[in-house]
This record gives sequence, structure tokens and C-alpha cells, in this order.
Amino acid sequence: MPEKPKIGFYWCASCGGCEESVVDLAEDIVMVADAVDIVFWPVAMDFKRADVEAMEDGSILATMVNGAIRTSEQEEMAELIRRKSKIVIAYGSCAHMGGIPSLANEFSRTQIMEFMYQESPSVVNPDKTRPMTSVKHNSFNVTLPEIRNLVRTLDQVIEVDYYLPGCPPTPKLLKDAVLTLLSGKLPPKGTVLSPDEALCDQCARKDTKPSDLSFKHFYRPHAVLLDSTKCLLSQGVVCMGPATRAGCEALCISANMPCSGCFGPTSRVRDQGAKMLSSLCSNIDPKDEDGIDAVLEDIPDPVGTFYRYGLASSLLRKKITEDM
Amino acid sequence: MSENNIKMNGNGTHKSAGTPKIGFYVCHCGHNIASQVDVEDVQKFAAGLPGVTISRDYKYMCSDPGQELIQKDIKELGLNRIVVASCSPLLHEHTFRKAAEKAGLNPYFFHMVNIRENVSWVHDNRESATKKAKDLTRAAIQRVFFHKPLEKKSVPINPDVLIVGGGIAGITAALTIANAGKHVYLVEREPTIGGHMAMFDKTFPTLDCAACILTPKMSSVKAHPNITLWTYSEVEKVEGFVGNYKVQVKRKPRYVIEELCVGCMECIDACIYKEAKYPDEFNQKLSKRKPIYIPFPQATPQVVLFDPETCIDFKSHRCKKTCIESCDRKAIDLKQVPEYKDINVGTVILSTGFKTYNAELSPQYGYGKYPNVYTSLEIERLVNASGPTSGEIVTRDGIKPKSVGIIHCVGSRDQKAHKWCSKVCCMYSLKLAHLIKEHTDAEVYNFYIDMRTPGKGYEEFYDKLMTEGVHFVRGRVAEVSDWALVPEEENKLTIRVEDTMVGMVRRIPVDMVVLAVGLEPREDAGDMRRLFNISCSNEGWFLERHPKLAPVNTFTDGIFIAGACQGPKDIPDSVAQAGAAAAEVLSLISAGSIELEPNTAFITEDNCSGCKSCIPICPYTAISYNEGTKKAYINEALCKGCGTCVAACPSGSITQNLFDDEEIFSEIDGLLKFAGIELEETEAEHA
Amino acid sequence: MPEKNIKSNYEPKIVAFFCNWCTYTAADLAGVSRLKYAPNVRVIRIMCSGRVDPQFILQAFASGADGVLIGGCHPGDCHYAEGNYKMLRRFRLLKRMLKDLGIADERLRLEWISASEGEKVKLVINEMVEQVKALGPLAIPQHLKNINEELKHFPGEEIREEEMAHA
Ligand code: SF4
Ligand code: SF4
Ligand code: FES
Repeated sequence: MPEKPKIGFYWCASCGGCEESVVDLAEDIVMVADAVDIVFWPVAMDFKRADVEAMEDGSILATMVNGAIRTSEQEEMAELIRRKSKIVIAYGSCAHMGGIPSLANEFSRTQIMEFMYQESPSVVNPDKTRPMTSVKHNSFNVTLPEIRNLVRTLDQVIEVDYYLPGCPPTPKLLKDAVLTLLSGKLPPKGTVLSPDEALCDQCARKDTKPSDLSFKHFYRPHAVLLDSTKCLLSQGVVCMGPATRAGCEALCISANMPCSGCFGPTSRVRDQGAKMLSSLCSNIDPKDEDGIDAVLEDIPDPVGTFYRYGLASSLLRKKITEDM
Repeated sequence: MSENNIKMNGNGTHKSAGTPKIGFYVCHCGHNIASQVDVEDVQKFAAGLPGVTISRDYKYMCSDPGQELIQKDIKELGLNRIVVASCSPLLHEHTFRKAAEKAGLNPYFFHMVNIRENVSWVHDNRESATKKAKDLTRAAIQRVFFHKPLEKKSVPINPDVLIVGGGIAGITAALTIANAGKHVYLVEREPTIGGHMAMFDKTFPTLDCAACILTPKMSSVKAHPNITLWTYSEVEKVEGFVGNYKVQVKRKPRYVIEELCVGCMECIDACIYKEAKYPDEFNQKLSKRKPIYIPFPQATPQVVLFDPETCIDFKSHRCKKTCIESCDRKAIDLKQVPEYKDINVGTVILSTGFKTYNAELSPQYGYGKYPNVYTSLEIERLVNASGPTSGEIVTRDGIKPKSVGIIHCVGSRDQKAHKWCSKVCCMYSLKLAHLIKEHTDAEVYNFYIDMRTPGKGYEEFYDKLMTEGVHFVRGRVAEVSDWALVPEEENKLTIRVEDTMVGMVRRIPVDMVVLAVGLEPREDAGDMRRLFNISCSNEGWFLERHPKLAPVNTFTDGIFIAGACQGPKDIPDSVAQAGAAAAEVLSLISAGSIELEPNTAFITEDNCSGCKSCIPICPYTAISYNEGTKKAYINEALCKGCGTCVAACPSGSITQNLFDDEEIFSEIDGLLKFAGIELEETEAEHA
Repeated sequence: MPEKNIKSNYEPKIVAFFCNWCTYTAADLAGVSRLKYAPNVRVIRIMCSGRVDPQFILQAFASGADGVLIGGCHPGDCHYAEGNYKMLRRFRLLKRMLKDLGIADERLRLEWISASEGEKVKLVINEMVEQVKALGPLAIPQHLKNINEELKHFPGEEIREEEMAHA
């Protein structure tokens, strides 16, 4: 029996949802497990870093890495995985675009430390202790990875071959990706493995979208009773669908929640947030500054709205602060 | 490690035109550019940029040898992209595109860098100007990598012409075009054509009678088979573009059926008002008219009209309507409503004229306060044989003035009013001085700041006036008042002025004051310009495309301007401009078609998600939604290429030719490429 | 102080997007009239301010612009009727968003400059250059380059000073 192709999974700064999505393959996971050898999957099986280091360079066919890169250890691991794998796939929004963790790029590391270890109401820390990368404890030298100044996407640290978008990617996308890998018919490097058009194309409510939106108000989804059959934008809710890649099967929409953009932009767009902003604003009703501002006030947090999953991969990548 | 993970352009809608072989040419423009920009340095810099096959500098790129240089290189070196750094693309883009095309290159592989208007003419530090020129050059060179071959877009020209404004300019243009066999719609807001000229008595400097030279032209307009004359009408709507404008004209109700009325004026006699009671606009309110009237005897068309504001029947419905009974042609129709005419024309001439300055805004001259202070236009009517006094110059008290003061520059050359010189006032003041002298033998004083008489026979006219015993006082009048300091001033208007010739303040008592009011844009010039999508100068005059080389063109193709709507002008100048505008129109018509920039937008169907975000954005409703494919689609014939939808498509599925995303991104990148590195240098230098 | 020195000698780079019909023409007029203004602005010609994709603005900042200036026709005067209103709406939200991302207000400016306002081109450019100069370099590429120095550098024994300072 010929050797089965080797596959790995790894996680960086992520919530674990991506790992669950692998399990969500359900019975298909058996198919996957039959077809490949999973040689590395710390969340499910016991592996040590040394095991990976011991592998031959390039011996893994493909490793799917989820999570953003926030620490020196994640960066090291990403590099190690890069060496060992022929193909590296950024799995999920965080590896793809920074994900929710990259909203931290709105703050400097110092600010974050300050808040988490000092100012947060639930913290009591009179000694102002901070995590340190290295500390002597009972004559042991204890080390911690360093928190970097920036949350990065996987491809801001290593070369990435493919992207599987989504928070998390759907089992269908994963299955298709694995089948593609096994087929050997590889798409061009850099491809995002999901249809290259916006979600509206696949949305069940598409036909209910009027051609003139002329926004006079925006509503946050919890603040209105939403008609579960009508286009959410037509109900004044900011739905990122028009600016977001399809492929998710419109899951949020079927739960009557607006798309929040986790699949990222199409290949023709450099900055998802800027595009969504442009499209929404072009379609608001008033023409005078005050009127315009009044409508736009309904979007209190534009960064969080338009870059919920992609601040790290946006053109500006972070808040520009003096102190980092 | 890529900075940006998803940059690939999966668009694939254009075929690339092979590896770029760029020819770069930088122009000295004599000294215009070379004096401020180190042209050779720019040339050397460009030579080192990726993709550049040849880089040259030359004295005058737009000259024939300059263009030949490009053409030779295209042929011999196989260039497939051309970048010229010279003047503004608005000036010469066309020239160079043509040159490239002649050498067999698709003209849209050309791009122009503006280093004259944007660099050498506006900066005086050679070093930073050169640096800027280099940045702009790098941007253009990066940009042309993404250029695509495009097809020219040409549209046919509808030979029908719209002329708005029937003063002397509009009349002249209409006749010229109609005589060439093309159809003209002449739209005039007032009940008659003729404009200001019809109000004048004589014209300077020849003193021929205005009516005698104008009215035959007015009648020819009316009679011309190629002219549709719509007076008492206004343009309501304009759509479309050069060659193909759709215009809606509103014909205001005259309450008289134009086709039936022969202008016998029986109805005016029959009006229940035996005496004329209402101020006559044409006579500057110096006489009265009835609610049914004709503006002046030679009005064209010869059709009466009602003034619903003053007609009893419109107010109370209780008039005996003796007018209706008197008309045996049954031409009166008090139920008439506005009529809307939709027409298609290929070109438009705007000749909407001017208005005169409201002298009440300069209270020191006493207009509106002292009855015997007149505007020049009022005097034109007074001296006119068909005017309110049948040509007799008398004050409002009915006496023949023994002394008259004419004050120049009222509202002109005045920081508090208009800064500009109205150009015609000196000459018409001289003319009025002559006419007043002739009619009354009064002492006539001209108060002027400078006497401006450039023009054929104008200075001679001034010389002649000096021999006629007219007085000239150089100085800006401080005040006109009825305040008598000495007995001679009693019951007179005293003009207080510093006579700068003798260096003293003088008080000159006169019976009548004439204010030489200046010319200003019409109040609704702004609306007009929006309607026709043209620009205005700061002052509000319609803006010509180029002050010297394209004085009757506007920035909108197919829309031309003539006469005083473009700026103060006398009759000969207006007529000349009207001729020029007519020639421009005829040249377009005889060419049959015009080339448009192919900068339209298109949607790539496979990419479009059908989100409809773009549809309401297009001002020309060029974008529609196809219910079958569930995708949006741009009608290229309607798209004017603003690019607004391109910027707004959230999935990046719309492309604009000539202004593609990648083209603009590469420009941005080229402009800034070394910004970071330069910063480092600066920091190092000053650290 | 060297800090100050850098700021006073530093020449900001400003990328401008001028619409063909009004502001670009006005800039040509400024040229023809030989008005002199600061050499820091580089103009990109587009047909209408409505073409300005917020991506262009962000890209300009990301590529190292210290400021971005957009020039269009006055409200009501856009050659394409309403492109400038579309731009205005994007601008209002973009400004707020950029503020959240630490980019000072003066770095992004939208001006209505008609074809005849050559003088205004000069005034606006000079004023903006002064304001941006006073703010100092934005220099995002440099900023990211500095941050990226932390990459491939794995901490060992040493303790980062920053955290130490608070410890
Ligand atoms: S905005 Fe873009 S994706 Fe949406 S309908 Fe228009 S072209 Fe299609
Ligand atoms: S570019 Fe787009 S918005 Fe502009 S005219 Fe064309 S289709 Fe309409
Ligand atoms: S054309 Fe100038 S803003 Fe639209």
C-alpha cells in the first residue's frame, strides 16, 4: 500500500472554532482520515514540537494553520510548519485576515497590557505585575513567548499557498479543499478557495433587495424586529454581504443575522472595509453634511463594523499610534 | 511573505499587450519647463525605471519633429507604451495620442504627465520641482503597464441645433446656421427676440440706428424655413451628450394663439382699460402698457400677449372680455396652459446675454431716490423715436434738461460692486453724450475714471466728441445730491467729484444724471449652467474652454457660448462670437460624428453578485438589473464615464476604461514609491 | 532638539485626486496664471470626485502619503450631476474611521474647487501643506518597517524593556 499523503493542523491565536469545524466534517472525517495521514494536530492528538522538528523538510503535503499570529512562538511554529510542508493553507478568518483578534491592532501592546493586567475592573494587581518573557522562579528559568506589537495574518509572517476563508470555514469548503489537494489539480498559488463573487449572489433573499436603498437610518440587528424573508440592507441593517466573498452558504442570513464579513473581500478588492464603506455611503439619502452625518451616526464603530475580521489585512493594518 | 494576501487580479477581462516597452519623452517647452525642472535629470531618471526602453528630452514635444521622434521610436524600437511629460493633458493629450496612432500604436497606450501647469509654472524651487516631476513620471510609467488597447467611441451628430437666447448673438448664429441648411430651434425667454440691442437708439461708433440694422434680421429669423422660433419659452430639461441632446422647452402661455394672431392689435384697443395703466418693461417702465400688449412695434413675432398679473379676468373672472370679442381671428384663449416641447438636437449655442447693474446698489448716485437720476438704458429709451417720449429727452418733470451729467463705471471697476470693466460703458456714454447734445443742446459732462476706447473707429469717435463741446471730467464721482450749497445748485442735482486733472473737488449742478451701469451675468446664469452642465467663472460669466484658443467652446462637448453671457461685449464682438460658435457647430455637423473618450465603465458578469448597489448611483440610469441573469449591466451608450459606480461596487466588479483600479493604484504607488526611504534620509540628515 | 529639526525640515508628500472638470482645470489655471504654491502635492487626474474609491485614499496613506487631498466641483456643479455628493458621503464616514485609526483630521481633506478658482488651489494646497507639516510625518511604511523588526527575533533571556518599565 502506497504511503498516504500527510496532513497537519495547527492553531495560533484563535478561538478553537476552526478546530471544531474540522470535527464538524462528521462522517466525512472518516473519509478524510482514510485518505490521509494526520501527522500533526495538537488539539486532538498528542504531539510535541520536537516531533515536527524531527520530520523531514517538505514531508507534509499540506498543513492547515488557523489563528492569527500574535506571539513569537506562533511565529516560530509557523516557520517550522512552512519548512516541513509543501503546502500551507491559511485556515479561517484569523489566519486569512487577522480575524477578530486583529481588532487588537486598534490598540498598542502597552495599552492592552495596561488594561488586561491593571485597569480591567476584575483585576487586582497592586504590584503591577506583568507577564515577562523570562523569569527566575525557584532557580528555574521560566520563559513565555513574547507578545508581538501587532496581530498579523499568517501570510504576513510566512508564505501561504492557499486560503480557506470563514469564521470558521464550512465543512463543505474543507472537504472540497481536501479533495482538491488529493486530486493534485492545484489552483494557482494564492487562491482563496471559495467562489470569487460576493455573498449576494448566493443569498436566498437576493430577489427582495430593492434597487434603490437610499438609507435614512441604520439599525443594529438587536434593535429591530427583522423580517426573516427580506434583504437585511433593505431593512437598514448593515449587511456586509455585498462586500464579502460567497461560499458560506449564507448561514448567518438563514439565522436572520446580517453578514459580518468573515469570508473577506473578493480578489478584486484590496480593502474590504473601504469598499463596504464606499458602497453604503454612496447609497445614503441626504446630500448635506449634517444630514449625512446624522445617518452615519447610526454606525457607531466603523472599524469594528467594516473590519471585524480583517483589520490585520486591511490597507492600514492597525491604528497609527506613537507608542509602538 | 506578501504584505497583502489577496492582490491578484483575477479579472482577466483584458488581454495584456505583451511586455511593456515604454518610450518616455520629456519636453523642455522652450524654457517654460526647462527653466524650473532639470529636464535632463528627469530623462536620466526615467531611463533607469523598469520597462523603459528609451528615454529622451526634446525642446518642443508637441511640434512636428517632436511627434516624429515618438513615431520613429515606435517603429524602430517596437515601443508599445508612450509617456510624455510636458503640459496639461487637457491641452495636448489628443495630439500625442494621434501621433502614436499614426505610428500604428493603439492611442490609449499613451499617458501624459503634466509637468508644466502642475510643476514648472507653479513652483520656483528647481530642486523640489524636479523631484516632483520625477515622482509624477514614475507614476505614469508604472501606470502604462496596465493600459489596455481600447476602441474609439464615436457618436453621430444630430444636425439640429438649439440656440438659447435671441439677442443679436443668438439671431446671428441662428441665421448663419439656418442659411447653411441646418435646422435651428431658437428659444427666447421674452415675448420677442431682439434682446438689449432692440432697446438701443443708435449704435456706436457709426451712429447707425439699431432698429434699422436689427429688425430686418429679426424678420428673417421669423421667416426662415430652417428656424423654429419659440419666444416666451424656456429650456426646462437637458439630457444626453454631444450629438444627441434631448431638450424640453416650456412654452409659457401668452393666452393668444400664436398661429392665429396677426398682430393687428385690435384687442389692445378693445381692452376694457381705456388707458394704459401698467409699467411697460420694454420701455424701462418709463411708459405704461395695458394687460394685453405687444412689447414694441417691431416685436418679433408680431403676437400680442396677456399679462395675467394685471388682466382683470385672470384676477376676478369678471371682465367683459371685450378683447376676445374684438378678435375676429379668435386668437385669444384665456385657458391656454404651458406647452412642453421635446426636441432632439446635436449641439447647443447659449447666447443668453447679460443684465445691467442695479444702480440702487450704489446709493451714492441717488438712483431711485432722485427722480432725475436715470440709467443709461432708460436714456436709450428716452432718445429713441419709438420710446415713451417719442425721442424727446425730458426729465420726469417734463422739462428739457439744460445740463446733463453722465457718470461712468457705475457698478464696474468698483471694489464694492464688480471689479471688472464692463467694456462698453465708455463708448455708449460717448454715444449718449452725443445724442443728448444733439437732442437738447444741453451742457453734457462725462465723469470718467479712464476713457477706454479700444476698437475700430472708437478713439476717433471720442476725438469727435471732444470737438462737440462735451465736457470731460476725470474722477470717480463721490456723490449725487439735491443739497444746494449755493443758489446755482438749487433745484438741481449736484455731482460732487474730485477732478483729478485739476486736483480739486468740484461740485457740478445738473438737471439730469445718467448712470452708465455696467454689465453683469444674469441672475439665473447659475441655473442655466447647471442645466447645460457647463462652468462659470467666479464672476458668474459662462466659462470658455480656453480664453484665447477656444473662446466659444465650453468644457462640455457640443455646448457653445456666444455674446455677453461669456463676458461684457459690444455688438461687433458678440456678432463675431456668434459667427464663431456657428462655425463650430457647423463643423461638428459636417464631420457627422465626434469621437468620445472611451472611458466608459463595464461590469464583468461573472464577478457581479447582483447586489444592485451600483444601480441607483448612476446619474444617467445607465445601469440596469437583468432579472434573467440576476446581474447588473451597464449600457455603454448611456454611460458617461464618471466612475462613481466603479468606486462604489463592493465586490470590485466594475471596471472603468482609462481609469481602472489597477491603473490608479499603480499611479499612487509610483508617486510614493520612495517616500519611506526619503524619510529615512531626511531623518539621518537632521538627526 | 533633533526631533524638532526633522519636523521643520521635513517636506510632506500629499497625494491629490482632482476631478477633470473642475479642480484639475483650476490647477491648470493656477499654472497658466503662474501662481506659486508648495511643491508637496502630486495630482492624480480622475474624471469625477465620485471615482475616488476609499481604497485609493487608504492605499495612499499605506504607501507613505502624509496627506490626501480630494478636489471636486462645488455641490450642484458636478459634471456628472451628483458624483461629488457620493464622495462627500464617503468622506464623512471615512474621516471618522480614520480618526479611530489614529490618522489626524487634517491629513484628509475634501475641497470643492471650481474650474475658475485657480487661486483656491493655491490657498488650499499651501494651507494643507502647512498643517500636515505641523503634524509631522505619518510615514506608515516606515512605521510598519520598524514594527516588523520584531519578526524573526525570538526572545530568549532578555526581558523586554517596555514591560520592565511597568514591572
Ligand atoms: S455593485 Fe457590483 S456586484 Fe453589485 S450589482 Fe453592481 S456590479 Fe454587481
Ligand atoms: S461610470 Fe458608472 S455611474 Fe458613471 S456614468 Fe458610467 S455607469 Fe453611470
Ligand atoms: S466632475 Fe467634478 S466632482 Fe464630479
